[in-house]
Parts: sequence; C-alpha cells; structure tokens
Amino acid sequence: MSTAFDAKARRADFPALAQTVHGKPLVYLDNAATSQKPRAVLDALDGYYTRDNANVHRGIHELSRRATDAYEGARVKVAGWIGAPDPDELVWTRGTTEAINLVASAWGLDNVGEGDEILISVLEHHSNIIPWQLLAQRTGAKLRYLELDDQGRLVLDDLDTLLTERTKLVSVSHVSNALGTVNPVREIAAAARAVGARIFVDGAQGAVHAKVDMKELGVDFYAFSGHKMCGPTGIGALWAKKELLEEMSPYQGGGEMIHLVGRNESTWAEVPHKFEAGTPNIAGAVGFGAAVDYLSTIGMEAVAAHERALLAYAIERVSALDGVEIYGPKSLDERSAVLSFSMAEAHPHDISTILDAEGVAVRAGHHCAQLVMKHFGVPATARASFYLYNTTEDVDQLVDALSEVRRIFA
Amino acid sequence: METPQLSSLYQQLILEHYKKPRNKGDLEDHTVEVHMNNPVCGDEIKLQLQIEGDTIRHAKFVGQGCSISQAAVSIMTTLLEGRSLDDAESLADRFTQVMHGDAEAARDKTLGELRALQGVSKFPVRVKCALLGFDALREALRQSAAEPAN
Repeated sequence: MSTAFDAKARRADFPALAQTVHGKPLVYLDNAATSQKPRAVLDALDGYYTRDNANVHRGIHELSRRATDAYEGARVKVAGWIGAPDPDELVWTRGTTEAINLVASAWGLDNVGEGDEILISVLEHHSNIIPWQLLAQRTGAKLRYLELDDQGRLVLDDLDTLLTERTKLVSVSHVSNALGTVNPVREIAAAARAVGARIFVDGAQGAVHAKVDMKELGVDFYAFSGHKMCGPTGIGALWAKKELLEEMSPYQGGGEMIHLVGRNESTWAEVPHKFEAGTPNIAGAVGFGAAVDYLSTIGMEAVAAHERALLAYAIERVSALDGVEIYGPKSLDERSAVLSFSMAEAHPHDISTILDAEGVAVRAGHHCAQLVMKHFGVPATARASFYLYNTTEDVDQLVDALSEVRRIFA
Repeated sequence: METPQLSSLYQQLILEHYKKPRNKGDLEDHTVEVHMNNPVCGDEIKLQLQIEGDTIRHAKFVGQGCSISQAAVSIMTTLLEGRSLDDAESLADRFTQVMHGDAEAARDKTLGELRALQGVSKFPVRVKCALLGFDALREALRQSAAEPAN
C-alpha cells in the first residue's frame, strides 16, 4: 500500500465508536473479544432483512433466489478472503467454537481411537481444549501438550518427541487471544504432516489482522469467526480440503443437509451443505461477506502496518509505568496487536473498573485461557487489544487511565 | 445512565482491608472449610470456621482476587467471631440486600464496616465480587447444619 493508513478516517465508518461512556470518549480496546462493526456491514444486514429475506435453497420464488444468491455469494467472498481453492470447502458455522466441535465430532469420532494421541498446546483458548478433551474421553485417546516458554511462545523443540505415529491430530491457534503470540503454523503443520497427523488451526485471532492463504499454509482445517473482523456475531466458518470434508460423517442432522431420506437410512447433500443442517444464519453470512468487502477496500497490509506501529507505541508507553508487567513475546514479529499486562498493586478487575470509568474498555480475567494464566502464575491479566480504528490517542487515554489506577491503589 | 463515582467504590477502608487483610491464613482448629471461586474472574476464597455449639469462635480465610472480593471477606471475618450461626446467616442476608441496592439495609448499623462496601451496588458487574465471601459463609453454615460440630 502506497498511501498511509488513516485510522482516524476509518473510525468514522464505525458508528459505535462515536459515543461517550461515563462522560468520556469511548476508547474501545477489547477487540480480541469482538470488533465493532462498520456502517457497510450494518447496511448489508439491514438491506438483507429489508428486501431479500427468505429461506435459502428451498423456494422457487424471487426472494428465495435473492437470499440464496446473497448467502452463497458471501461464501465465495469469505472463501476468497482466506485463499480457499474452492468456495465449497467453506462450511458456515456459528463461529470458531462450533467449527472446532464440528471437526472433533464429525472427523474425530471416526478417526481417533484408543491409544491415539491429539497434540494441542498450553496456549490454547478453552474452545481449542475442551472439544479435544471430550473427544479423548469418548475415544480413549490421549491429549498431549506443547508447553510455553517465559515469553508465552510454544516450545517447538519438543515437537520431535511429542509427535509420534500415534498422533492423529495437531490443533493449535494461529494467534493467541490471551497474549497475542503468533505461532509458526506452517512449521508446525509440516512437522504434523511428517508423522501423518492432520493439522487443525484455530484462526479466530489469525484471519483478523493479516491475510491468510489456505493454498500456502499447509493445514487440513482452519476455523475463524466473523465477529472479530467487522462481521456480525453468530457466524463463522470452517475451511477444510474438499476430499476431507467428503470423507467426513455429517455433524448435525436435519433439513438442508440431506439428499434422499428413507425410513432407516438417508443420503447426504454435497459438501458443504452436508454440514449445514437447518436454516442457517443467512443474514450473518451476508454480513460476514460485507465485512470482507470492507476489509478488502482498506487493504490488510496497511492495517497490519498500522497495528504493528500502534502496538509498539502501546508497549513503549505502558512499560514505562512503574509496577507494570507485560506478558507475551518481546519481538513484534512474533506478536499480534494484544497487550496483556498486570500491575503490582491492583488486580486486573480493579484495573478494568477504573479504566471503564475513564471510558476505556479492556478485558480483565483469564481470557478463556486458564492454562496460560497458570503458566505465568497469575490468576488473571488485563488485556488491551487493538484494531484498525484505534489510534495513538487511544493509547494515551489508556495510559492516563492506568495512572489513575496507580493513584488509587499505590 | 448516571455515572457512578469511583470514589464510592474504592473507599479508604476497602483499600486498607485489601492491602492488610484481617484474619488471613489457615485456622488449624477449624470445624468447617469451604472453597469458593468465581470461574468468570478467577477470584478464590477458602473460608475456615471454628464452630462450637451454636457459635462461631474463629473465622479465617485464604484467598486471592480483586480488592472488592478480598476486602469484603476480610471485613466479614472480623464480624463473625462470637456470632451465633443464625446471626451470621442474617448478616449474609442483610449484606446481600445492600448489594442489591436496598437503601434501608445499607443504613443498618449492625453491618459495621461492611457498610463501606455499599458503593459496590452501583457497579453491578462487581456485586458478585463482594458476595463471594458470603457465598462461602452460607455454604459453611449449610455444611455445619448438616453435620453439627460436637
């Protein structure tokens, strides 16, 4: 991108950002939880319900045709966004969590057995732990873990011993929601393939900040959510290679996913519809498509450069405060726009309450990553996470609010 | 919505109890022990009571968490010694009413230093923090009623 990225101009695209909270201008730094939505996405949702609302793939009438076109058109857009070779490889889900559960159930129960191993990591969000725990309990398989170093990076030296011929699946996050660690997914995928294991990547924080390309990443499954990248809640996607999706058993049964239904046996619709039982989140898919359109016009390279500069500025300013400890990788190359920290005197919950009174929205808690918290020996952290519309002024307001925390607690 | 003042939440007394909690540590001769945690934020409290007959002789706790949860349990333990089990139960009920915004309950002098926590009721997401210790107390009372100490 030759033109400089203008975050202030982009702010105007997001109606929710133009408000005051407790009498202070809103500084929204909880983007790793969910992003705000641009006007273009809100208009797409409104337009869909105002003009085109009908059920998909069922009616002969005009509205059903329009709804189906919008729904399938969104699939093409979102599949294109992640460089999927074929849009039919993209299965709509409620979000990343459902995509992981889908694979744990529809692929896992058929392919993982007693004595087999599933390799995940201590860095994972609970949504990339619990489905595999349940699968291991149901099948008698064993769950193994990649550990973390003192900067919250995966200890990849252990891959050699952890990966064996018993490993059926490796599942890791692309980017950690708790620390912002960017994992070397391509390297892990290559190691998994070398022992014949499948590789699943939780991309909930991965597809958000940079373009991903399924043709290059070398993974078998990739899951991500719309709401963390300008789209609505309740819509996400699972990408998998077509052969893999075709081999897999269905996930949920119902309408839309069948071909012929008999009294005792039925046959399944083609991929991806085989995995989309029931009336899907049509408006959500349309909104996700609009989000991808919006991000495409901005350009993700410009967004990534902006976020990196902002993170560098935030780390510099926050680390200059007394008694603040920042968690996660020290190198910006290994870190996404997440700043997880604690303060000597104040608990993260108190930090968050005081910041909120100053109009600054951050997350406080274990970030659904209790194993990460345990690794660092803390019950919780405060987390500021940045997105394309955040500015250095937002960071300044955060730092001012943190000074208020010190004033009250020191 | 009216913006609640931080000063009403972070009263000096609360910060003092947070920094220097009373009755913190293990109670060797306890008759009942309860662990309570808040899975949402990770706050933890272990409450130990020594009960003789119908009376709480000693109360101690070990815990970690935010200023509100830790100060509330610290103040609570100072109010429990020598109290009857019924009295302790009413204290928990009365304080819960305060947390749910009952202005009359907040004037109740029997609540002692707990009244410093009244401001928490204006921060709904923090009410569960203040009640964590009292949830542990209720559970401890329930357990001792089920298995009375000799």
